[in-house]
Amino acid sequence: MTEYAIEARNAVKAFGQGDVAVRALDDVSIQIRKGEFFTLLGPSGCGKTTLLRLIAGFETPTSGQILLDGQDITALPPNRRPVNTVFQSYALFPHLTVAQNVAFGLQMLGRPKAEVDQTVERMLALVKLEPMAGRKTSQLSGGQQQRVALARALAPTPKVLLLDEPLSALDLKLRKEMQVELKRLQTETGITFVFVTHDQEEALTMSDRIGVMSAGKLQQVGAPREIYTTPVNRFVASFIGETNFLPAVLGATEAVLGSGDALALNAGGKTGPATLAVRPEQVRIVSAGEPGSLPATITGWVYFGTDTHVHLALRDGTEVVARLQSEATGDSALTKGAAVGLRFTDGALQILGD
Amino acid sequence: MADRNFSATRIPGFAAIAIAAFVILYLPIFTLVIYAFNAGQSIAVWEGVSLHWFARAWDNEAVKSATLRSLVIAVSASAIATSVATMAALGTTRRPNFRGQTFIYVMINQPLMVPEIVTAVALLIFFGVVKQATGYQGLGYLILAHTAFCIPFAYLPIRARLEGMDLSLETAAADLYASDWQTFRYVTLPLLFPGIIAGAMLAFVISLDDVVITEFVKAGGQDTLPTYMLGQMRRAITPEVNAISTGLLALTVVLLTAFFLLTRKKG
Repeated sequence: MTEYAIEARNAVKAFGQGDVAVRALDDVSIQIRKGEFFTLLGPSGCGKTTLLRLIAGFETPTSGQILLDGQDITALPPNRRPVNTVFQSYALFPHLTVAQNVAFGLQMLGRPKAEVDQTVERMLALVKLEPMAGRKTSQLSGGQQQRVALARALAPTPKVLLLDEPLSALDLKLRKEMQVELKRLQTETGITFVFVTHDQEEALTMSDRIGVMSAGKLQQVGAPREIYTTPVNRFVASFIGETNFLPAVLGATEAVLGSGDALALNAGGKTGPATLAVRPEQVRIVSAGEPGSLPATITGWVYFGTDTHVHLALRDGTEVVARLQSEATGDSALTKGAAVGLRFTDGALQILGD
Repeated sequence: MADRNFSATRIPGFAAIAIAAFVILYLPIFTLVIYAFNAGQSIAVWEGVSLHWFARAWDNEAVKSATLRSLVIAVSASAIATSVATMAALGTTRRPNFRGQTFIYVMINQPLMVPEIVTAVALLIFFGVVKQATGYQGLGYLILAHTAFCIPFAYLPIRARLEGMDLSLETAAADLYASDWQTFRYVTLPLLFPGIIAGAMLAFVISLDDVVITEFVKAGGQDTLPTYMLGQMRRAITPEVNAISTGLLALTVVLLTAFFLLTRKKG
C-alpha cells in the first residue's frame, strides 16, 4: 500500500496537433496524500482543471501516468474509477429528484435498494437537505444545488473527491459558509479532496496542502503557510497575497538595493543580482534616521477599514507598500511627502528564483 | 422611465398587418369547417346546419379504408423515421466536429431541399424496378417512401434538443459509474424525450398529409385519405370532403395540444 491517494507521473496533455499544439499540462508530477485536502491553485488556463479531468478520466494524458492507490489507472474510463466529481456547473440531472440524483451512482454500481435508500438518507442528512428529498433540482437555490452535487458525489464513498471550482457561482456569504461546510465534510468522511480554485484566499483557508500552477506547470507544492511565507518564485509570490519586489545585488552578508541602501541578509552562498520579496504586513514605518532603517518618503495611502496601505518610495523611487492596522483616531503621522524610515521584520525578506 | 427597447408592436400598422395575416390564414379553414356542417349539396351555398356529411363520410367504405391506410402508413413511417432520426442526431452531435459534417447534414435534410416531385418520379421509377424484380406489391413501398421524407422533420427537433442539452450531464453520469448504455438509457434518453415526441408528431402529420409522393408511388387501390380526396375533387365536389378535412384538422389540433401539454410538463 502506498501513502498516496493520487499520483501523476510526468503527465503531459497537449491539445491540437503539430505547430498549433498547446501544452495545457507540461510534464506535471504530483503526489496527493490519503485523507488530505489538497488544492490546485492557479489563474484560469494554468492547467489545473485539465489535471483534474485527467484524474477523473474525462481526458487521457498525451503522455505520462495517473496512479490511484498505487495502481495505474491511466487507461481506465471514468465510470470504472472510484473517483467522483463535483462539477463547476453542478451538472445535476434535471429530470430526477434530489434523492434520485444522490442515489444515481449507487444504482449504477448495482447496490441493493435498501442500501441505496439508507445511504441517500445519510447523505442528505450530512448536507442538511432531508426536507428537499422529493424536490426537483430546479426548485432549489444555488447553495442547495451545490449541496446536492456534493451529496451525489460523496454517496458512493469514492477514494478521491474532485471539486472543480465548486464555489465560484455562489455569492460571497454563501461561499464562506460552504468553505466551512466543505472542510467539515472532508473531516467527517476522511475522503481525499482535490479542490481546484483560482481564489487564493479559499486555498489558504481550506487546504492541508496547496499546489500552485501556472502555464501548465506545477510551480510549488506546500502547506498554506509555507506557500505564503516562502514562495519559490515571483509568480507564486505575486499570485498569493500582495508582495513588494525589491531588485538587489546579493553579497556574502548583505544585499544592496537599487537605492544604494544595504540590508543585512544571509543569502546562503548565493551572490549576484536577485529579487527580494517582502509582504506588506512585514514592513514597519519608523522615524527617519533610526539606525538600521531605510530612508523613504510617503507617497500616499489607501484606507481599507481594518487596514491602511501606506505607499512609500525608496531613494531611487522603488515603491514599497506597508500594511498597517488602522488606528481609531486616524493615522495623523502618515502625511504625504513625510520622510520616514522603513524596517522589515526578522525573516521577512525572501530571495526569489526567477 | 419608459421602456425604450425596440418593440415591433410600435411600428405603424403593426396591428392591421397582424389582423390581416390571421384573417388570410384562418378564414379559408374557417369556411371549410362551416360548410362541413351544410345541409345542402353545395360547398358554396348555405342551406342550414346538419351532421349529414359527417355521417356520409363515416359510412363510406372508401373513406374508411383510405383513413385506415393513411394511419397505418403514418404510424409506421413516423416510428421508423423517428428511430433513424434519433440515431442520426446522436451521431452528429455527440462527437467532436468531423470532416464532411456539413455534407452529412445536407444528406439527412435532402428531402427538405429536393423538390418533392423529383423524389416522387425517382421513387416511381426505382420502385417499378424493385416491383418487377421481387413481385412484392404491398404497402411497404409507401411506408418506405414516407419514412424517407419524414426523417428530416423528425431529425431537426431532436437535434435541437440535443444541442441544447448540457454535455456535462453525460460526463457526470459516466463519473457516477454509468456505462455508455446506462448513460444513454437513464440520462440522455429521458432528457431527449420531448424532442423525440415532437419529431414523431411532426413526422406523423407530414406523412398523413402527403399527396405528391403518395400519388406517384401508390399501386391501384392504395389510396390514402389525401389522394382519395383529390380523386373526389375531380368529380362532383360535396361537403363530404369538408367533413373529412374537418376530421383531419381535429386530429391535428388534438395532437398539437397533446404535444404542448406534454412538453410543458417536462419543462
